[in-house]
Amino acid sequence: MEKNVALIALFAALIAALGLIPKITLGFGVPITAQSLGVMLCGTVLGARRGALSVALFLLLVAIGLPLLSGGRGGLGVFTAPSAGFLFGWPVAAFCTGLIVEKWRGAPLAAVAAIASVAGGIIVMYAFGIVGLSLALGKTWSEAALLVTAFIPGDVIKAVIAGLLTAALFKARPASVLSRTA
Amino acid sequence: MISLTSAVKTRAHGWPAGGKLAGLSVSTVLLFVTHSPVILAAVLVGIISLYALAGRAFLRSGVSALRILWPFVVLVGVWHFWTQDYGTGAAIILRMVCAVALANLVTMTTRLSDMIDVVGWLLAPLRRFGLPTRVLELSIALVIRLTPVLIHKGAQLSDAWRARSAKRAGWHIVLPFTLVALDDADQIAEALRARGGLDT
Repeated sequence: MEKNVALIALFAALIAALGLIPKITLGFGVPITAQSLGVMLCGTVLGARRGALSVALFLLLVAIGLPLLSGGRGGLGVFTAPSAGFLFGWPVAAFCTGLIVEKWRGAPLAAVAAIASVAGGIIVMYAFGIVGLSLALGKTWSEAALLVTAFIPGDVIKAVIAGLLTAALFKARPASVLSRTA
Repeated sequence: MISLTSAVKTRAHGWPAGGKLAGLSVSTVLLFVTHSPVILAAVLVGIISLYALAGRAFLRSGVSALRILWPFVVLVGVWHFWTQDYGTGAAIILRMVCAVALANLVTMTTRLSDMIDVVGWLLAPLRRFGLPTRVLELSIALVIRLTPVLIHKGAQLSDAWRARSAKRAGWHIVLPFTLVALDDADQIAEALRARGGLDT
């Protein structure tokens, strides 16, 4: 119980910190907001339920007025902005990512975690984000999808990094990678 | 940790947070009912005057919080200029700005402690079903306390990297950073158990 609470709180803090540590720029100039990497890690490391709880806790703190989103954004306004769909998709994304890592034990963890991150952190999250954009901007789903395709390559790279990180973390602290121990 | 509550004290700071949140929910839904740019423009003027009532500094920080919207404003503007559907475009832009400005208004006039009280009040029914809501309150406090700690440790890692490399720290430091978080979680869990644990 205590360990679950501590990990959930720590990963919520980790998502916040990832939005603030010196910007991570990938080799070929793709700027990367590491926060969605944090969401993927919540799923791959904590598993479905705890990962989703951790992300939801982070969003609760953003909603009650802490500037924890990258760029110091926060408050209730980010949940009524056109991009809010992505935020509502975060806990679901972490849940789906975690579920895949928990259930799929046959392949190497790095590959499983990377594929799970693509499924949760890209497919699920973008589904929510695109619906949100289409509602707020009065566009069709396919028109809204067109607007966000530019961000997909960066997110695929993040998913691969999330996979590698999860495997490395499992090697270093097997007892703390709850998606594989519990 | 600094919250987004405005330091400029307004009369709305004293109003009950629950009421403000309920009002915000209702008015946000109402924004989506109307499609008339004229009505929405009037609403926006009303919201701006609410900001202006609290003074110039308040208005300025309110406007700067709206900067996140500019890509969407440009996008919708260009789109509807192209399709020559000016009315719809104006309505979409006005509604979007109104929705975010209203929500920011509530955030700016509500103290963090009042917000946490509302969260506690919303969770009260769950307590009846035996769910440990105290754990959530503790978790909120833990995140608020631990975020600056982690940020500090992240900055140390990035300094250590820069002391040894000409290049900026890349994603490589995310691994030790996450390890730090995992190890901290172990220690915090131990500390919580040592203080009586959470099973009540």
